[in-house]
Amino acid sequence: MPSTSLSRRTFLKTTGGALVGTLAFASGPIALLAPSRSWAMPLDALSSHEGEVLLQVTKHLFPHPGLEDAVYAFVVKDLDRAAEAEANRTLLQGGVKALDDDASGDWLALAPNDQYLRVASLEGTSFFEKVRSTAIVSLYNNPLAFTHFGYQGEEGDKGYLYNGFSDLTWLPEPPQPANGYMPGEVPS
Amino acid sequence: MAMTDNQTRFQHDDDHVAVIIGSGAGGGTLANELAQQGIDVVVLEAGAIHTRDDFLADEWASFSQLAWLDPRTTSGSFRLAKDFPNLPAWIVKSVGGTTVHWAGASLRIQPHEFRALSEYGKVEGANLLDWPVTYDELAPYYTRAEDRMGVTRTNDIPGLPGNNNFHVMYTGAKNLGYECNTGHMAINSQIRDGRASCQQRGFCFQGCRTGAKWSTLYTELPAAIATGHMELRPQSHVAHIEHDAQGKVTGVVYFDANGDQQRQKARLVAVAGNSLETPRLLLNSASSLFPDGLANSSGQVGRNYMRHTTGSVYATFDEPVHMYRGTTMAGIISDEAHHDPSRGFVGGYEMETVSLGLPFMAAFFDPGAWGSDFTGALDQYDHMAGMWLVGEDMPRESNRITLNTDLKDAFGMPVANVHYDDHPNDIAMREHAYRQGSAIYESVGAKNIYRTPPYPSTHNLGSCRMSQRAQDGVCNGFGQSHDIPNLFISDGSQFTTSATENPTLTIVSLAIRQAEHIGQLMKEGIV
Ligand SMILES: Cc1cc2nc3c(=O)[nH]c(=O)nc-3n(C[C@H](O)[C@H](O)[C@H](O)COP(=O)(O)OP(=O)(O)OC[C@H]3O[C@@H](n4cnc5c(N)ncnc54)[C@H](O)[C@@H]3O)c2cc1C
Ligand code: SF4
Repeated sequence: MPSTSLSRRTFLKTTGGALVGTLAFASGPIALLAPSRSWAMPLDALSSHEGEVLLQVTKHLFPHPGLEDAVYAFVVKDLDRAAEAEANRTLLQGGVKALDDDASGDWLALAPNDQYLRVASLEGTSFFEKVRSTAIVSLYNNPLAFTHFGYQGEEGDKGYLYNGFSDLTWLPEPPQPANGYMPGEVPS
Repeated sequence: MAMTDNQTRFQHDDDHVAVIIGSGAGGGTLANELAQQGIDVVVLEAGAIHTRDDFLADEWASFSQLAWLDPRTTSGSFRLAKDFPNLPAWIVKSVGGTTVHWAGASLRIQPHEFRALSEYGKVEGANLLDWPVTYDELAPYYTRAEDRMGVTRTNDIPGLPGNNNFHVMYTGAKNLGYECNTGHMAINSQIRDGRASCQQRGFCFQGCRTGAKWSTLYTELPAAIATGHMELRPQSHVAHIEHDAQGKVTGVVYFDANGDQQRQKARLVAVAGNSLETPRLLLNSASSLFPDGLANSSGQVGRNYMRHTTGSVYATFDEPVHMYRGTTMAGIISDEAHHDPSRGFVGGYEMETVSLGLPFMAAFFDPGAWGSDFTGALDQYDHMAGMWLVGEDMPRESNRITLNTDLKDAFGMPVANVHYDDHPNDIAMREHAYRQGSAIYESVGAKNIYRTPPYPSTHNLGSCRMSQRAQDGVCNGFGQSHDIPNLFISDGSQFTTSATENPTLTIVSLAIRQAEHIGQLMKEGIV
């Protein structure tokens, strides 16, 4: 790698990079929640390029058609947080660098299928496992993901008793007593 | 105001108190039952007090708040050793123990299951035994426990209303000729015993904020405190139990909230730390008189650990289900719970609805997974129904809790290692259960059907089992240890066999019966 880009990397490492994007699905449920269509996720330990590669790697591991990059960015955010520890930073930056080095310096420039094959071949490495195990929590544990996948999260706190716990209409209603009784309802 | 603010306090050198270790299903119930008799009790609980107001409607945050996260290790061929090597069990470390997390399913063990060895015959590679208690002996205590816990469909308490996940299970069950209803649940379907009725929140595994679900946290423990005969000491982690030259236990050494070592004297000690910590504590209490640990002359302490044969089936449909709305365990099928060896295994299993929120679904659906099969399932999350399979697993001497002396906890004590190999009977049963569970959903028109491997064990049993003869187990039919008359086992570790049913109702019934027995022994001057 030429020394100019090396020093650029060092520069970004100390100042941190950022992930920026625009929501792809203007009328999707997430867009309805978001204050604006463009989003940005500042990074502290990783460079913008490293963040972009890690976002793309996560998308290959957990492909959800129609899931906004803004949700995948939560994974990068948590990897960035982990990368504040030296060992994790070395692991993540090393993983990104190895992907780039193997792809004439720019893994992101490869065709998606080629990217996928190279990521898949890393299964079992600690880099792969770090991204996978972070993503399995971060990707599915945020309000945007809840909206996307149709989980109501904290809304349940007040209870679904009068709000959809048995609103399924595509099957016949089971009979009582098997189906139980609402509070206050007296079994006849 | 904390529940402990105005409680009676006992001196550390007061040797007339009964010390109970753990405040969950076993310990919390025993404490109340003793206190109601006027017996002075000190409960030492490793976890802190988290009240209903503290509970979180957020799976991971709640897990960090309540779960037992002190280190444990695993070995053996069971899949958990690979998936969650340091989390073999899902247990709570908090006042109220795992009754804070539990789903509330409250089923009686069937009469024949108390006679597992006689009914099933010898099973190669298993250490089956009959319980020293019969169903008929326990029946009156089951009745009292059901009333105490407010179990639906007993004591004229109506069944809970069925949620969407139940509706799917019910339809499939009927298609296969099974019976199915909303179960026997220790969850109020109506206001009862000063507690609200269930609001169908769907966060039963995260602590019930309404108090509709029975937990010792807000039933047995405050009731015991109110008698003036019980002191609850949270954040008190017992490290070992002490004894005198005659071999009777005299008290315990524990670490308080500040990490300072304390010693509480006792007339008797009852251990109810759940089936990993109970044997660990006995083993960690080894002395020159008892070099293999307390109550271990049989060598059975820690052995015959059981965790039920489990697995889950999730299925997706064209139409939405939203299974996470409402009680987590909302329906039960018991038609496979009987013993019928023609199915290729002894014992039986239950099918119970289960649901996980999106975060836990991702973590537990297929641990270690990635790629489009996995994401394809999660893409259908709101169109998914689920059930948990839970059946009798075989006690094996080699499935055991031992001390891992290479790893110490915060107080320098060796941690528990959990070794488990599935018995061929467990594997055959799980396969049968997966097939029947899948057939249920297929009959309702499922698009995809998924077999999910066992979660970290929620039912932990048998590691200090009851036995008629001292050489076969650790305690007698009242949970009194064979070796030491004033040392009792008061939790699920006592189970001689796992039986099919979710264990808590039986743990509570045994605790009520044990309390009566202890009261008698005290009157007779034996303890
Ligand atoms: C998610 C989930 C769902 C469940 N659903 C059901 C269900 O529907 N039906 C059912 O029957 N069962 C269910 N269970 C199981 C049920 O919760 C347990 O069987 C029951 O709580 C066990 O009671 P116990 O007294 O043995 O232990 P616990 O209730 O776990 O109590 C043990 C207590 O001892 C404390 N302790 C341990 N070691 C020490 C020490 N050294 N010093 C001081 N304190 C100590 C622990 O912190 C804990 O509070 C479920 C469990 C889970 C996790
Ligand atoms: S669903 Fe019912 S039992 Fe479960 S947490 Fe909510 S109110 Fe409690």
